[in-house]
Amino acid sequence: MSDAVWILGASMTKFGRYPEKDVIDLATEAALSALGDGGVTMQDMDVLAVGNIGESSAMVAQRLQKQIGQTGIPAYNTANACATGATAVRIAYLSILAGEADMALVVGVEKMGKAGLLGAANKARSDRNEFTPSGRYGSIMGVEGILGTGLMPGVFAQAGMEYAHANSGVGFEQFAKVAEKNHSHSTLNPLAQYQKAFSLEEIMRSELIAYPNTLLMCCPTGDGAAGVVLVSDAKLKSLDPDQRRRAVKISASVLTSDPWTESAQVQPDVNTLTRQAADQAYEKAGVGPKDLDLVELHDCFATAELIHYDNLRLCEPGGAGAFIDERGPWRDGTTPVNVSGGLISKGHPLGATGVANLYEVATHLRGEAGDRQIEGAQVGLTHVIGLGSACAIHILERRAA
Amino acid sequence: MAKKLPLVDYLVIDDGEPYLVANTCTHCGARYFDRRNACGKCGQTSFERSSLSSVGSVRAFTIVTRAAKGVPTPYVSAIVDLEGGGVVKANLIDVPPDPDKIVMGMPVRLKTFVAGTDDDGTEAVAFGYAPA
Ligand SMILES: [Zn+2]
Repeated sequence: MSDAVWILGASMTKFGRYPEKDVIDLATEAALSALGDGGVTMQDMDVLAVGNIGESSAMVAQRLQKQIGQTGIPAYNTANACATGATAVRIAYLSILAGEADMALVVGVEKMGKAGLLGAANKARSDRNEFTPSGRYGSIMGVEGILGTGLMPGVFAQAGMEYAHANSGVGFEQFAKVAEKNHSHSTLNPLAQYQKAFSLEEIMRSELIAYPNTLLMCCPTGDGAAGVVLVSDAKLKSLDPDQRRRAVKISASVLTSDPWTESAQVQPDVNTLTRQAADQAYEKAGVGPKDLDLVELHDCFATAELIHYDNLRLCEPGGAGAFIDERGPWRDGTTPVNVSGGLISKGHPLGATGVANLYEVATHLRGEAGDRQIEGAQVGLTHVIGLGSACAIHILERRAA
Repeated sequence: MAKKLPLVDYLVIDDGEPYLVANTCTHCGARYFDRRNACGKCGQTSFERSSLSSVGSVRAFTIVTRAAKGVPTPYVSAIVDLEGGGVVKANLIDVPPDPDKIVMGMPVRLKTFVAGTDDDGTEAVAFGYAPA
């Protein structure tokens, strides 16, 4: 059994809108870039894992192979909400740890277009309207907007408000400051969907979606792909010095699901599984939150990022408000968070996100992040959460291979 | 009088004052509003219907101003902690959709209203929580 797994190559497309490209075009671009970055080819790969939600029942991995190399290797298609890409990474990682593969290609890809609000919309049941109980709650008509909200902006708004209720110094302004930071960070990232800074006032005054989340505090929909090539420790040792020098170590790869909590029966609990994943990852990697030089966490909404400061233990318990007030997560702060611009500004093509954040952290650890480089970065953490729920955390380290 | 049906089967409207019921695990006490196959907390398969308190306090809320198609806005969605146990999601009613007028932790009470009518004139009775 191999003792470590490394990232050999990494890539991402610019996130944005690609009406002229399909999912396979985007996946191909990320796959070939990641292979090229690692100095390897499809013929070197022992396993392929592809994360995608929109076409998850349509064999995206195999359709990608048919464009870039049908070598007969095992191909996996994963769907795990917003943790889809990270789950694909973990399948490749486990294949290497299990000794079944020396090298693996992972691609996360999504084409969303302008999908609008995601969540549970009410559907008309038939032409003739006659109340008949159906489903697990015996409902006789759609309940969205009558029994509260299940739409994403509102779900994460309520999660943020719950934190604000339990901890002092957290309010509308603190949530808005998160978005101010991420929009500002994105101006240095040429791969971000948006690269525009906004003032705190502009953010607070933009259209309200679900209080306290305004439009500029919500991630956009978009298209894009990202890829990584993973390699076993033993195989890496046989590669060129240049490939070894740029390799980034995966010190922890963790996936959790929801443990039972009472409130999660009516509202997803995004905290408990994130805390458990973080604790497992820190223990596995032998590093603590204070050791992190940068973090890419799942800021689908500004309210989400703020509560994850606490869940990932980047701040004192209950201190997420003070942490953003003191500019701790800004790129020149104590623990830079989402220097890519985050989901809020870099964009969030669902299946691509959990691979793109590995690309971002790996690029900093390699010292190749250009204008947005966090100088001397040695250790970084990536976090995604898919509602339902799945939480994936990876800790990456710059290490001599 | 028009026939009435509860919007969801965990709202009881034909037994005096309206109240909510939960499928409660007889082994560990976990409460659920949905039809169950087994208990997600302990794995046992025996449940009993138990009634829940109609008073509680606001644990979290949001004011939804952009909603799914066909859903009128703005409305206030809330998570309510019930007295004596149980957590429920519903709209806050009889409160203005203004963050300055909604106090976290404020006491609320279950209140029913008609949410819709079908082609036979049957009324869908829904519930929300109003300031207590
Ligand atoms: Zn139980």
